[in-house]
Amino acid sequence: MDWFFKFPDMSRSDLREFKKSVDFAFTDFSRTYGEGIENFFEPLLMFLVSFEKFFINTPWPLIVLGIILLAWIGSRSILIVIGTFLSFMLIGYFGMWEDTMSTLAIILVATFLCISIGIPLGVAMARSNKVQATIVPILDVMQTIPSFVYLIPVVMLLGIGKVPGLIAVCIYAIPPIVRLTNLGIRLVDKDALEAADSFGANYWQKLFGVQIPLALPTIFAGVNQTIMMALAMVVIASMIGVKGLGLPVLQAVSNQYLALGLMNGLAIVVLAIIFDRVTQKFGLRMQKYRNDGKD
Amino acid sequence: MSKSDTLIKINQLYKIFGDGQDNALELVKNGVGKEELLDKLNCVLGLNNINLNIKKAKIQVVMGLSGSGKSTLIRHLNRLIEPTSGEILVNDTDILKLNAKELVQFRQNNMSMVFQKFALFPHKTIIQNVGYGLAVQNIPKDEWIEKATKWINRVGLEGYETYYPGQLSGGMQQRVGLARALATDAEILLMDEAFSALDPLIRSEMQNILLDLQSELHKTIIFITHDLDEALKIGDRIAILRDGSMVQDSDPQEIIMNPADDYVSDFIKDINRARVIQAKSIMTHTKTKSSGPVVQENMVLEDILQIMSDDPSKPVTIENSKGNITGKIEMANLIEGMKRPKSQGTNITG
Ligand SMILES: Nc1ncnc2c1ncn2[C@@H]1O[C@H](COP(=O)(O)OP(=O)(O)OP(=O)(O)O)[C@@H](O)[C@H]1O
Ligand SMILES: [Mg+2]
Repeated sequence: MDWFFKFPDMSRSDLREFKKSVDFAFTDFSRTYGEGIENFFEPLLMFLVSFEKFFINTPWPLIVLGIILLAWIGSRSILIVIGTFLSFMLIGYFGMWEDTMSTLAIILVATFLCISIGIPLGVAMARSNKVQATIVPILDVMQTIPSFVYLIPVVMLLGIGKVPGLIAVCIYAIPPIVRLTNLGIRLVDKDALEAADSFGANYWQKLFGVQIPLALPTIFAGVNQTIMMALAMVVIASMIGVKGLGLPVLQAVSNQYLALGLMNGLAIVVLAIIFDRVTQKFGLRMQKYRNDGKD
Repeated sequence: MSKSDTLIKINQLYKIFGDGQDNALELVKNGVGKEELLDKLNCVLGLNNINLNIKKAKIQVVMGLSGSGKSTLIRHLNRLIEPTSGEILVNDTDILKLNAKELVQFRQNNMSMVFQKFALFPHKTIIQNVGYGLAVQNIPKDEWIEKATKWINRVGLEGYETYYPGQLSGGMQQRVGLARALATDAEILLMDEAFSALDPLIRSEMQNILLDLQSELHKTIIFITHDLDEALKIGDRIAILRDGSMVQDSDPQEIIMNPADDYVSDFIKDINRARVIQAKSIMTHTKTKSSGPVVQENMVLEDILQIMSDDPSKPVTIENSKGNITGKIEMANLIEGMKRPKSQGTNITG
């Protein structure tokens, strides 16, 4: 009855051998292909770096102006514009300007990447149940696996730096945009699609003329979620060499600097709120025809 | 009618929803009914051996209770639904044999559809909706704008071009649906309970608009409804479906005078017979003039009654549209004609 009380597990030496062989295999893999993969991501690094430089080197009044202009275009709400302005002034006043710019750069690049990969992926999922059945479990894993766990292979492959950080952020932030694009397209009114069919619209005409426009509010909710998750990932990404607001937070945690941690943490929260409100308002304005269409 | 008048020919069309269709088709051909098929194979019998000839430039009505297969039938004509077996000839081309590209061409050029729930594009303006069928053909924008504007005006919606469908009432939305279907100049118009969602006054108005347009455009229209008054008002011919089978296909007058079975009798039992039965359906054929006044063949009994009431003893003389005398009607014929027929088992299925 021994097996009943103690799980009949693998022997310790076997287990050690097993782990070793996996580790060696992956180390081998990263030795052989690591450089190739790094080269592959080189353009991404250039893109990110130049973006970051642009943000940091542009004089702050211009950046503030640009940001409140964007906030206005997105939200058309004077309240949000004022809030945005005050937030950025405070962030700058408390000496977090440069870190905020770095964070902004990585968030924007990550969001751009997630959108340009996530939307086509969502469209493909909506088109075929097989593709959906394949991708959904992958997304489930991406969303539930502790982020520290996938940091390990990413770092083994690419080392510490901006690109692995960016990839980690993207892995964490891409699921909502994929899921909501798929959902939005699948929920498009069957009648409207049938009408498009009956007039002889082809697949692309239906996709761009009917499905995506009607799914846009849902897709946009996905974009919003993706931005939020990217921001949440900033602190963790700073563990593997991403500069920005996350780094001081990390220092604050290990050294018990309350004020430093609080300030930078709040700056992240403020960025999140601004992004969220602006994109939400923008999403609402996109579907004005749903209410009564009158401006 | 000569054969050349027929535009659409449906031959032995079967549709079975669900898996195991080959097996199911065999059973259906051997006379297994809808309920039994559902029990045995868990398949739904959508259409059961439909044969129908639809004449050019006429309005063919298809009637039947909910679930009888009307929508299924009309969606076969533009292949929104693929059949299990059968043939559909339009201008002698079997449309079931078209490949994907030809089908798109066919839908763009030959048929357009009006939907029960309008099925407008909520994110497009009225003019974009009406021009949709043209825009998908990659017609230049100014050209389709021009055509769409014409049709918007034709259905009486000028000034609403830049509105969104959500801002319009149901009746106005269906006018947009109608304009959208007409804008492609397709010869065949499919209307699936197009007016059922509208309230009675608006519905009647839409029926008039349709008849008015038809007198000018001479489209071939397949019109689905479950409202007999509507069917009688606009149909040149009425086909009746029951559980996926066609029980009768004939002239509207014939449906009322000679219902094929109890199901059809049930349909017609509540109509005001005096208001729909025409002289030609009940007259005694003769070429000699009778003593009473002369009336037209297509006058309804109610009106004849009005005329005869002056002197009930004198039979009226009936003449056709060319002015030739074709028959006479006596008071007794009128009374007989207005009486509901006992359901007859006579087989006059088309
Ligand atoms: N996609 C489908 N899968 C399975 N069964 C279907 C499908 N579409 C229709 N049916 C069945 O086929 C039969 C005919 O349906 P159809 O929609 O053609 O009826 P209808 O005459 O248009 O009714 P209504 O007046 O309610 O519109 C019904 O029994 C319905 O349940
Ligand atoms: Mg229907």
